[in-house]
Amino acid sequence: MKIRINVAPDIVVTPIIAEVILETRTLLNISQAHIDSTKGEIIADVPIDEFDKIKSALTSRGAKITIMDKPISRDEDECVECGACVSVCPVKVFTFGEDWSVNLDEGNCIQCGTCIEMCPHGALTLEQ
Amino acid sequence: MVEKSIHEINRRIKDGSVNVVTAEEMVGIVAELGADGAAKEVDVVTTGTFGAMCSSGVWVNLGHSEPPIKMQKVWFNDVEAYTGLAAVDAYIGVTQLSETRGMEYGGAHVIEDLLRGKSVDVHATAYGTDCYPRKQLDTTITLDDINQAVMMNPRNCYQKYNVATNSSNRTLHTYMGALLPDYGNATYSAAGVLSPLSNDPNYETIGTGTRIFLGGAQGYITGAGTQHDPTNKFGTIMVQGDLKKMNPDYVRAATFPGYGTSLYLGIGIPIPIINERVALATAVSDADISTNILDYATASRARPKLGQVTYEQLKSGTIDINGREVTTSSMSSFKVARKIAGELKDWIKRGEFIVSLPVDRLSTQGVFKPMLQTQETPLVGDIMSGNVVTIKQDASVYEAAKKIIESAFNHLPVVSNNNSLAGIVTSWDISKAVADDKFDLVEDIMTKDTVKAISSETIDVAAYRLDQNNVSAMPVVDKNDQVIGIITSDDISKLLARRC
Ligand code: SF4
Ligand code: SF4
Repeated sequence: MKIRINVAPDIVVTPIIAEVILETRTLLNISQAHIDSTKGEIIADVPIDEFDKIKSALTSRGAKITIMDKPISRDEDECVECGACVSVCPVKVFTFGEDWSVNLDEGNCIQCGTCIEMCPHGALTLEQ
Repeated sequence: MVEKSIHEINRRIKDGSVNVVTAEEMVGIVAELGADGAAKEVDVVTTGTFGAMCSSGVWVNLGHSEPPIKMQKVWFNDVEAYTGLAAVDAYIGVTQLSETRGMEYGGAHVIEDLLRGKSVDVHATAYGTDCYPRKQLDTTITLDDINQAVMMNPRNCYQKYNVATNSSNRTLHTYMGALLPDYGNATYSAAGVLSPLSNDPNYETIGTGTRIFLGGAQGYITGAGTQHDPTNKFGTIMVQGDLKKMNPDYVRAATFPGYGTSLYLGIGIPIPIINERVALATAVSDADISTNILDYATASRARPKLGQVTYEQLKSGTIDINGREVTTSSMSSFKVARKIAGELKDWIKRGEFIVSLPVDRLSTQGVFKPMLQTQETPLVGDIMSGNVVTIKQDASVYEAAKKIIESAFNHLPVVSNNNSLAGIVTSWDISKAVADDKFDLVEDIMTKDTVKAISSETIDVAAYRLDQNNVSAMPVVDKNDQVIGIITSDDISKLLARRC
């Protein structure tokens, strides 16, 4: 399952992750990381049965965990398959098919919301 | 030289023996048979495009009210339409925004709603005359209730269009979609191989009077579009068609977030293959059509050109911009463009659509001129304060406070040791540092991502940037990032006040 880990900028991120991996002995598969002076945000895949263990290890170190189980959804009646969303998604949720259909692989979605701002037809939404 | 008359082609359409292919299929046919073989073999080539066509709109005639009104202003679902002509005609332009809902609903949405059979609220006002005494009108109509609904678009179907990208450090919201910072993406438009005008670049068969597919119905080209720029291969057309006969699949309202509304419109143009030259032109492929990559970070009509690419490169998904690999997005749907070329092909095959030659040719020479501006546009350099006071980044907060008091400037640009801009500090930052008991160096309390200006920019661009960033002053820097002045929103408002 996909989770988002947020840490305050004054906590240094990398040691936390390393510590958690060491403590829980489970692999955190990191797919995205944005760490700068304003925020630390990491998107990671974790094995579903290890989630509770990882969560408590992370929260005890001051991190905030969000489960990302509500990926982007597309209103097929509104979508005209223009492909505008293809270039803005950081994790390639949208791809062109052979016949220029715009395919959607929502499993990869990290709920960043960028594509919503791009779609000219208001076809994309994220559940809050 | 193979020559075919339009009558011969239409005879074949009527007796069902016509050979129609799409512009995509034609590429291979010409490669195989040569232009003369293809000209003998193929009678009509169909093209298609489906994308944002901002210069579009619909004329409606509402019929007379009782007592009659000569509308002076009119709104459809709170979207104002143009009615500066007799009585009950109005032009709903697709980019006009709703006065109550803003960017999420505009003229394009009114048009789509009408086409989908939804009812639309009309509100009109007038000054009243002896013959048209009524001064106010409110009613609710559907497409069936009005006399005419004629789509008349002054500029559609660009032959090709620029590629947009963004070198700045913030996301830009444009009619080319969201352009991510630091060349985060590049967007393009037009159908490339299927683009109508690119398949007849000499305008031999596409001209005034040509019958076309417009929004799923038959429509016509009424002439060259506004901004027609044939010398630079940016031709455009003006079109007309009956909204009542159109198909909502091909007439789709859109909102570009942060920019406004537009209409995605489907247009397909058949090209009768009257000779080899025309046949050869329809063999144009994505690799043959190139276009410029422009940097939309420069808010000027002369945007810097960053390079040239072909539609083949654009459609590959990434392009190279100065050594970076940049992901591309099309803003128009190639899938729907293909569907349109296919549907038009079927209409012709079934004998439902007769092709035509233009009654008048579009001009093949001429350029799109920039605006003549008779009032000078002041530049940042003309109104900035040149005697700006700066402070070094390793100075103390105390020194900064002193400088602000002495100079009476509210903003101090902060400079590094080599005098280039490092940040900005305001009297507010200093008060905050004092309140927090934080007597550090200026560099610890300054704002680092400084919003700045250059002296050769127009003040309109500077004012927009101040507004967008919600700041009241910007340091002005030269090309080496050395501070040469400061411009404040006060300076700008004083000047604008003088202007009007
Ligand atoms: S940008 Fe919107 S309309 Fe275009 S393909 Fe993506 S979801 Fe569909
Ligand atoms: S929300 Fe972000 S990650 Fe999800 S599809 Fe949209 S752009 Fe991609």
